[in-house]
Amino acid sequence: MSSLKENYPSKVKTYQPKPPYVLNCIKAFLVGGLICAIGEGLQNFYIHFFDFNEKTAGNPTVATLILISSILTGIGIYDRIGQFAGAGSAVPVTGFANSMTSAALEHRSEGLVLGVATNMFKLAGNVIVFGVVSAYVVGIIRYVLEKMFS
Amino acid sequence: MKLTGKQSWVFEHKLYVNAEGTAAGPKEKEGPIGHLIDKTYDEIHCDQKNWEMAERKLMEDAISSALSKGNLQKSDIDLLLAGDLLNQNVTANYVARELKIPFLCLFGACSTSMESVAIASALIDGGFANRAIAATSSHNATAERQFRNPTEYGGQKPDTATSTVTGSGAVIISQEPSPIQITSATVGRVMDLGITDPFDMGSAMAPAAADTIKQHLEDLGRTVDDYDLILTGDLSGIGSPILKDLLKEEGIQLGRKHDDCGLIIYTPDQNVFAGGSGCACSAVVTFSHIFQEMKAGNLQRVLVVATGALLSPMMVQQKETIPTIAHGVVFERAGGES
Amino acid sequence: MDYLIAFVAGGLICVIGQLLLDVLKLTPAHVMTTFVVAGTILDGFGIYDKFIEFAGAGATVPIVSFGHSLLHGAMHQADVHGFIGIGIGIFELTSAGISAAILFSFIIALIFKPKG
Repeated sequence: MSSLKENYPSKVKTYQPKPPYVLNCIKAFLVGGLICAIGEGLQNFYIHFFDFNEKTAGNPTVATLILISSILTGIGIYDRIGQFAGAGSAVPVTGFANSMTSAALEHRSEGLVLGVATNMFKLAGNVIVFGVVSAYVVGIIRYVLEKMFS
Repeated sequence: MKLTGKQSWVFEHKLYVNAEGTAAGPKEKEGPIGHLIDKTYDEIHCDQKNWEMAERKLMEDAISSALSKGNLQKSDIDLLLAGDLLNQNVTANYVARELKIPFLCLFGACSTSMESVAIASALIDGGFANRAIAATSSHNATAERQFRNPTEYGGQKPDTATSTVTGSGAVIISQEPSPIQITSATVGRVMDLGITDPFDMGSAMAPAAADTIKQHLEDLGRTVDDYDLILTGDLSGIGSPILKDLLKEEGIQLGRKHDDCGLIIYTPDQNVFAGGSGCACSAVVTFSHIFQEMKAGNLQRVLVVATGALLSPMMVQQKETIPTIAHGVVFERAGGES
Repeated sequence: MDYLIAFVAGGLICVIGQLLLDVLKLTPAHVMTTFVVAGTILDGFGIYDKFIEFAGAGATVPIVSFGHSLLHGAMHQADVHGFIGIGIGIFELTSAGISAAILFSFIIALIFKPKG
């Protein structure tokens, strides 16, 4: 019988409680779905009460969700929602806002320039970088293909 | 006797803990041993402007509590040994700046509590100091911010995660008799069995604790039965069973003699995942609860093994694994059988 | 009915994210970047627009749509300005979101203190 010390990382998996997969998925589904439903409501609100149409209503909707998420982060509630909902609160744009606000808030003690401003994109930077880089790559490929076949 | 076996120090002179001081935050105050902690706060800023200042306040509180309980002044202390989790050990260094006691800074992550007690004892035993303070601290927010994510980030932590204790513990050591004696210590070796997850420190530290406990018993020619309690610092709910199985392979049965500070400082319903961790975990539990049990006569000889995960986020991002270390100190009720 | 579709669609995208976290044990950072890149690729194939028509906010609220918007803006400006338009248009549709996030994060950091 081999020692526990051999292949330790895979052997200790048996000691680690498995995440409650189904429960986590249900919670993520409910919270994520709810946030999107709220987004749908906001979108309709902006279409009917303001001058937005289907195409442009996305902008104030996203901005509003970001505002709500930032406030909840500042009050100290968002981290508890996140612990409960997991991907349900991280995947919607609210998670992006929370990652920026929480980093900005945390580094206030180092001042506005070196703390808040410098560290704001600590957690969200990867999304923007990979989004832009992949948009360039896909964009260039599509542009070239469109030109070749037009 | 001094160096005994491979890694252990048996102190020649009788060394004693003359006084201890502890301080902690709200979660610890609400925990099972909250009433035993000298100074507690209702909020983790501890009335300070930022997290790092809060952690310094906790260490200052623990040290001044120990001094006042021992009827001593700063000027009576020859040497301060202290450490914490933060980069450049800022808590210990800035507290030492205020105290102006000759200072040796240590880094052992969460093993610092026993590392500082062991080294302080050895220096007094060797005549290099008459009275020394060994202190350590940790803070939930400073640790989260440095090792993991901003405190308000909504990321979901797994059940293997532990909760860093917000607190500090300090002891004053000398040759003046008192009810708690320090008889020996075992210096650990750095172990690394390949764990990479900063949200599962228990699994990473269990091998270090096992190695130190095994070596301690071998060096001193003792068995588990010679102790009333073998207490680990913060293996918590995940690391403790692993420790027991690792030692079983070496023929050492811990059985009911084992407990873990990370499981003592909080109750399971306090939202602490697998239990407590951090330098202050072993310090606060040992110096308040364990010493009280010893003074009451419920424990005679205790081996406290503080476990530290030498975690560096940059190393983990560079695809390195997490090395760990554990240091042990034996406390005995003075005047009891040896 | 729109609300129900948005709820279910958005919820399902989050479930995929949760499975990536729990089963594949990816970090949140890796999950988010995967979703953003997926959004770019799906828009590259012209699929995501149809998804938005169907699911409304269920498609525009998740971070996947951020990738879609980046590419969409780039392609729109490419139609106008040619190759150089790709760079001009990348932040066209996402400007509102990113500027909002920066502004609000800054303001919140001024007003509030983290609670730990």
